[in-house]
Parts: sequence; structure tokens; C-alpha cells
Amino acid sequence: MFARGLFNYPTMGLRHPFAELERMSRQMNQLTQGLFGRPGLGWRPASVFPAINLTEDADSYHVRAELPGIKADALDIQAVGRNLTLSGERTIASEGETVRYHRREREAGKFSRTIGLPGDIDVNKVDAKLANGMLTVTIAKAEAAKPKRITVH
Amino acid sequence: MSDSRELQVKDKQEVAAPAEQTRPGVVFTPDVDIFENDKEITLLADMPGVASEDIAIGLNDNVLSISGEVKPFEEKDESDVLIEFEIGRYSRQFTLSEVIDQGRIEAKHQDGVLRLTLPKAEKAVPRQIAVSAA
Repeated sequence: MFARGLFNYPTMGLRHPFAELERMSRQMNQLTQGLFGRPGLGWRPASVFPAINLTEDADSYHVRAELPGIKADALDIQAVGRNLTLSGERTIASEGETVRYHRREREAGKFSRTIGLPGDIDVNKVDAKLANGMLTVTIAKAEAAKPKRITVH
Repeated sequence: MSDSRELQVKDKQEVAAPAEQTRPGVVFTPDVDIFENDKEITLLADMPGVASEDIAIGLNDNVLSISGEVKPFEEKDESDVLIEFEIGRYSRQFTLSEVIDQGRIEAKHQDGVLRLTLPKAEKAVPRQIAVSAA
């Protein structure tokens, strides 16, 4: 489920003065969850790859995920009902038999993740963009989910 | 390597920087692969969200430093619903044990992965000195 606004800290720089505090509080939460194996209030880290940032504006939802080294054709994005499924595979090409590794931190493998969006979406208006290893999926909100101006007679 | 392995979420690691940052914001260590063969050392670093022109690579004495700036890409009117990963700069330093031919360093950047090729310097070729009899 979505923790709306609870950990609404800025992603770049300081958008508001308590940003750093909120970030620390989130890290503390993560620590205590690790210790007690029990989710804290509201926020729970998803254990499914990839990690996702979901934002919204008046007309659409924006789903972002960090997918370095993944080509666009190795990605499969599907929208059904209110759900968006991201799946794909990250492959790391072999560098030959003769190389000696010092460090090997990058990982390869398959992934698949479905997220439920908080409102109705228009599955025909989904736009996905992959730039510099950052995936941005823009999903138009359904007409019924958009804010409506009501005229008074 | 088995192909069927599932990718797991890894928490981004914050840098314990040797010097304090002048700008606010978080700095992460990029995941890297480093391997070498006889001729060169290759470094691959995952830096998602960093544009090619925002990557800085420096080699000072034998300390290699790579860093990448992430430009904010969220629009002003977007409000956060669910935030699972943080956005910040990337920075990492390595001490190289080999002598590198600095003139032939190559860097490529594709799909958020930086590939840095560091050719080893040619070792001084042993030279035979012939003594001519007078």
C-alpha cells in the first residue's frame, strides 16, 4: 500500500527544512525493521526489484525506476486495470576467459514487479522512456480520476 | 552465472566522503565491476540517471576518481506518492596499483553504465648493451 506523504522528503537538495530529519527517520525505520522484522508505521521497503518512485500530478502518474545497463527491448511494461507490471532481464556480457576480477558488484538477473496505482488509469495512454538507465513511465489518469471543476448554476 | 536468478533490491550505499560536500544532498557509491587482463584494467560503474556530460573522471597520481551528477528530473507540480529510492550524486575513488598510460584512457557511457578502459603503461623494455672491442 502507499504511504502517502509520510516520507515525502525531497529527492534533490533541500525542498523543505526538515528534509534531513525525515531522511534520518526513514533510515532509522529501516534499521528497526531489520532488527525486529516487523514493518514500521506506514512505510515498508519493497523487497522486489526494481525500487520504484511514484509521483503524480493533476493528469498523470509518473513511475520511475533505476535500471542501469538494461536495453529498451529487454523491458516489458504492461498496464492492466489499475496495475502496472515492469518485467525484464538484465544481462552482463562475459568479458572473456582471461580477465581477472577485482570487484564484482553489478548483478544480472530477471525481474518482475507489479504495482497498483492509487487511482484509475487510462491504459491506452501509457508512455515509457528509458534514458541513461532511468526508466520513466507516464500513465494518464482516467477521466473519472482527474479533478473536475464543478460549475454552480 | 545462472540466467534465472532474480534480481534483488539493494539499498544504495551512501559515501563516507573524505572531504565534506560543499552542496547539500546525498552522495552514493556506484556499484562497480573491475577486472584486468594483461594490457588493461576495465571498470564498469552503474550510474543510473546520470547524463554522459555530467560524468567526471579524474586520475591524480594513482587515485582514480569517478563522479556523476544527477539533474533533478521531477517536474515542479509532481507530488510524491511512494518513494523507494533516493536520488543523489555518485562518487567513488580507487587507488590503482598499476601504472596507467594516461593518454590512452577511454570512457564510454551507455544505458547508465560507465565503461572505463585504463591501459597499463608499457614496461621499459630490457635493452641489451653490446660492448664493442676497440
